[in-house]
Amino acid sequence: MILDRIRSWRPGRAGLPYLLLLPALALELLIHLIPMLTGVWVSFKQLTQFFIRNWSEAPWTGLANYRVAVDFDAPIGRSLLNSFWVTCAFTVLSVGLSWLIGTVAAIHTQDAFRGRGLLRAAFLLPYALPAYAAVITWSFMFQRDTGLVNHLLHDQLHLTGDKPFWLIGDNSFTALTTVSVWRSWPFAFLTLTAGLQNIPRELYEAAALDGAGVWQQIRRITLPSLRPVNLVLVLVLFLWTFNDFNTPFILFGKAAPEAADLISVHIYQSSFVTWNFGAGSAMSVLLLFFLLLVTSAYLFLTSRSRGADD
Amino acid sequence: MIDPPASFRWFRRAFLVLLTAFTLTPVLVMLSSSLKPLQDVQGPFRWIPSEVTLRPYVDIWRTIPLGRYVVNSLIVAVGSTICSVAIAILAGYAVSRFRFRGRRIFTVTVLSTQMFPGILFLLPLFLLFVNIGNTTGVALYGSRGGLILTYLTFSLPFSIWMLVGYLDSIPRELDEAAAVDGCGPVRTLLRIVVPAAMPGIIAVAVYSFMTAWGEVLFASVLTNDTTRTLAVGLQGYATQTDVYWNQVMAASLVVSVPVVAGFLLLQRFLVAGLTAGAVK
Repeated sequence: MILDRIRSWRPGRAGLPYLLLLPALALELLIHLIPMLTGVWVSFKQLTQFFIRNWSEAPWTGLANYRVAVDFDAPIGRSLLNSFWVTCAFTVLSVGLSWLIGTVAAIHTQDAFRGRGLLRAAFLLPYALPAYAAVITWSFMFQRDTGLVNHLLHDQLHLTGDKPFWLIGDNSFTALTTVSVWRSWPFAFLTLTAGLQNIPRELYEAAALDGAGVWQQIRRITLPSLRPVNLVLVLVLFLWTFNDFNTPFILFGKAAPEAADLISVHIYQSSFVTWNFGAGSAMSVLLLFFLLLVTSAYLFLTSRSRGADD
Repeated sequence: MIDPPASFRWFRRAFLVLLTAFTLTPVLVMLSSSLKPLQDVQGPFRWIPSEVTLRPYVDIWRTIPLGRYVVNSLIVAVGSTICSVAIAILAGYAVSRFRFRGRRIFTVTVLSTQMFPGILFLLPLFLLFVNIGNTTGVALYGSRGGLILTYLTFSLPFSIWMLVGYLDSIPRELDEAAAVDGCGPVRTLLRIVVPAAMPGIIAVAVYSFMTAWGEVLFASVLTNDTTRTLAVGLQGYATQTDVYWNQVMAASLVVSVPVVAGFLLLQRFLVAGLTAGAVK
């Protein structure tokens, strides 16, 4: 009855889009805008464990939380800076490798061969598996005495003299990056495979007739055609990797080793383990500014160079 | 590629073999370790179980309340998927088919919330939930409803963004034909646009479900003993003294099978949705 009335109801064309957007707008307000403003507000407050139950009454401290976060001579600031650099190095490595592997794999599975469908399905597995199930398996593989990695490197290939620790100390960075690349290259592969399908085969045929070899075909046709896809892909990979929480948190738990202390876990630790929400919020706001800066710079640079191409 | 030389083909073979090994090793470890007795996973690693046993698959349900975690994860993942897809269909339709004031601001806002880290929303949402609980008695903190709400922070912007892209790829003539036949905008949406956009909608739903099923950050803070999801619950196989790795692997496999099966089954739609929404 009511459904019938809704179906036959025709509002003015001008009002309709707003009506359709209403639920989305209300939710955006509820889940994004209000929390964000609250976060900024809290970052100016001295919100420690004593005020958790009544946090709106926590004393105002102005910029003190920000000063603590960027005071790089003191322990809190120094560890935040360390975490920032670790995250940057991790992101560059992980995105670079994921992109490279994804590109090479997409190019090499472009032509049909027997078993290609099966191979593609296998390649998508890391992307389909739930994060915790996959990363927990990696943490089992990285165990010093019972894990596959040391068994392979030490017992079977004799590459390492002693069994190294992978989840504590400096090696944890390698472990983290490996798992991250394993988890994110399939997405690059999936996106680039889709991008490759849009390149007309005639282009390659014409190039081959002109005597272009495989490498020249890749360099002159494949890579330039993939440019628009790559622009989006690299940005998405950057944001995912930089903000990744699942991988380090499942691999190392609440306190990551210094060498693999990614920013998300670092802020989580500062807020929920040491119960200093003011400082945690200040760090989140700084992180947000950094991401906004990088993303707008990236969009500005890429849109300008795209304009030059046209 | 045309005329690849032999060296290229050899590189391809070697590369694909190595990559397949890298990709599948954890899956094989998961499978083989889940069939091992406890002493096998507590000693040095072995590729082949000393004895194949299904014991871990029986024990996983008793060591921790795995069944309850599965139910909680299902409720939360399905709930957030339905909410975000339903709302995104309306919003996507509006953005794709109408020109109105504020359209650009809306799309830019939605797009930009996608880049925000979850940790940015977690802190304030936690504080707000605590506050709402204190003042009104509505227990959002630790409830499944509250968790569904927080999952919308990442699934809603993604769904809107993807659906706008997908709807843009559907010819507008379809709607116009429906309008000529006397359909109002709401009827057009339900009868014409939604069916035509089904691959995109399925893609968005699969993606939302998968991310919610695998979400760790919000679940680790905003759940309690009764509402705990799989993401947090699986840590229960580690006790003070032991980690039941064979059970961990069995449970990981059990909770992965439904999502992986769904993913592989709907892969075609997912790729179609991704290409129309993200690539073009």
